[in-house]
Amino acid sequence: MSVLAPSSSCCGTKTASTFPSPSKGGSSDKTPDSSAKHPFGTVAVIGPPNSGKTTLYNRLTGLRQKVGNFPGVTVEHHIGHVKGEDGRAVALIDLPGIYSLSPKSEDEQVTMDVLDGKRPEMPRPDAVIVVVDSTHLSRHLVLVARVIALGLPALVVLNMADELRQQGGDVDVLSLARQLGTPVVLASATNGEGLPAIHAFLFSHSGSPRPLNLPVLNDAVGCREWAVRVGVNASYRRPAGPVWTHRLDAVFLHQFWGPLVFLATVVGVFQITFAVGQPLSNAFQSVLDAAGAHLGNYLPNGLLRSLLMDGIWKGVGSVLVFLPQILLLFLVIGILEDSGYLARAAVIADRTMARVGLNGKCFIPLLSAYACAVPAIMATRTIESKRDRMATILIAPFMTCSARLPVYTIFIAAFVVNRPLLGVFFGTRAAAMLALYLLGFVMAVLTARILKASVLKSKDAHFIMEMPPYRRPTVTSLALRLVDRGRAFVFRAGTVILVVSILLWVLTTFPLHHGQPAPLQQSLVARAGKVLEPVIAPLGFDWKIGVGLVTSLAARETIIATLGTLYGIDPESHSMSLQTALRHEISPAAAIALLVFFAFAMQCVSTLAVVRRETNSWKWPALQFAYMTLLAYGGAYLAYHLMRL
Amino acid sequence: MKLKMISNFTDASCAALSELQEGATGILSELDLTSRISEHLMNLGFIPGVEITVARSGPGGDPRIYCVDGAEVALRAELACRIGVRPVPRIAEA
Repeated sequence: MSVLAPSSSCCGTKTASTFPSPSKGGSSDKTPDSSAKHPFGTVAVIGPPNSGKTTLYNRLTGLRQKVGNFPGVTVEHHIGHVKGEDGRAVALIDLPGIYSLSPKSEDEQVTMDVLDGKRPEMPRPDAVIVVVDSTHLSRHLVLVARVIALGLPALVVLNMADELRQQGGDVDVLSLARQLGTPVVLASATNGEGLPAIHAFLFSHSGSPRPLNLPVLNDAVGCREWAVRVGVNASYRRPAGPVWTHRLDAVFLHQFWGPLVFLATVVGVFQITFAVGQPLSNAFQSVLDAAGAHLGNYLPNGLLRSLLMDGIWKGVGSVLVFLPQILLLFLVIGILEDSGYLARAAVIADRTMARVGLNGKCFIPLLSAYACAVPAIMATRTIESKRDRMATILIAPFMTCSARLPVYTIFIAAFVVNRPLLGVFFGTRAAAMLALYLLGFVMAVLTARILKASVLKSKDAHFIMEMPPYRRPTVTSLALRLVDRGRAFVFRAGTVILVVSILLWVLTTFPLHHGQPAPLQQSLVARAGKVLEPVIAPLGFDWKIGVGLVTSLAARETIIATLGTLYGIDPESHSMSLQTALRHEISPAAAIALLVFFAFAMQCVSTLAVVRRETNSWKWPALQFAYMTLLAYGGAYLAYHLMRL
Repeated sequence: MKLKMISNFTDASCAALSELQEGATGILSELDLTSRISEHLMNLGFIPGVEITVARSGPGGDPRIYCVDGAEVALRAELACRIGVRPVPRIAEA
């Protein structure tokens, strides 16, 4: 037995003085010697996945946090600040969820390095908060012991105290603190229990702790025996298990109802984005249009007004209108993920995913790829099999992301007459949209099969997935996701699309002809577009679409802004709405070819950048770009010529 | 489709985890897996000596969810058949 019992009565008293009654969690730093105490500079928050660490972190720092990435590795961290009563702030670093401190994975290696002060970009933390799930105490105590053994001032947070009690569990916090030699607090990120005690810890730096002799942890069985003994000494009563989780699983993992609920959920996600999101986006569009018209009245006629209204407002606005729809999609997926349902969905999808050589875990990133491939590709980190992960990264951009939505919506509205097919809710337009979604999906499946049967063939495919209990998603964590994604989208509209809009306006307006913009045919953009035209003519595209394709390399939805600007400037289509102008300029066959092109093509700088970061090489994004572009060109060519038969 | 048994457990009284019925319990005795996967499973609570109970499963019985040390972990049969357990006779609910 390689366990040394900590003999630490002194630490026990220290714990008791900092937290007179930890179970109430209401202590403050108003201890007699509070004058000697000062806040920590930087505190790291670590803990296993599913311990509610991030929820607690969000609760402590609120929306004041930044996501960062450690250079050279795909490990993400958050930095936020907690303000004390006197206005002083403590920097809180949220490190990735880890099960152990044996540097086996990249996450664990980076966490170790940060705690040892070996990452140059980040100062060594002055203290650590270890967040564990109090309902799984014995399993997580080993990680706690390892962190404490590092010698930094540490606070052990037993999270999910509310669940522990509801399920009839209990633990003697003081006894646990005495055994571990560190303060321990029962907390609940959901209802705020224990937060004052955590605050008190952050703002009451009172010297370094004595290094402790904790178990030498290199044998799993020994560690577990130690953890169980510590638990028994602290009269830990294990909870009976979440009743609601069992009840819900009886339905969601039912042999018959489970798959039905799964299908209903997937259909529901899309139904909500269209049935609720579309009207929202339309309303937002009218607001933007009205505001634009109003603002335009204040500007004198001339080049400046043309730049601001025709160039910038139209260009940026045509993309911005999709914000409500995109946020809604992220909200729905966020609720599914935070509630714990997606883990069940992964179990249900596993068999089907196995047919294409993937596993159930790949389902979660692929579902989020319908919102955006960028977070989806980052979410593939949970897939342990490197080859499965790579295959998922490579097929994720085929899923119809929200940036394709504007293109599909406008082209379908312009070229497909709406006739009811199956009742009022499913007409020809809905069918066309569904067909495009299926097209991307089928190509993803085919690509996965090819990859998994060749370069990414794996010897043994595994599926190991921890099922979190069902939880009510918290408003803060949902809000954080939305703010994060909304900010990224608006940022793109405000930078890439703004620049493209201005550039395009310049290229369409100049060279000036007697102080007036030249006719479009003689503008710089027309000259550039016509150079490109021979390449895309076989797809039925003219130079204006060519310009749109080039600008959409930055982001797919930019083509709408581009065509809006080009048609808006052309006197022939100046007074038409974008839809009428499209019908006037593009043949139906070319329109279909364009839709097929967009279904397959990799026109997204952000996705390429994230693939490069996640795979740590230029090879994969380059191959992916080439493959998808060829596929898009071939598909569009076929579609154009089939449509003209 | 029945999975072929390819594992050789050192303890002859061991059964494969995948062979337990839903609701049955066994004591984990060995993991016949690569060290990387064993380690991952151990982090999730699959440590020799613990009790494992078979819970619900995905459509068609695969993957299955196993309760171990209060956690629930889903595994495919092809992996569970390499985990050796000693079945525990079922006793009345405490």
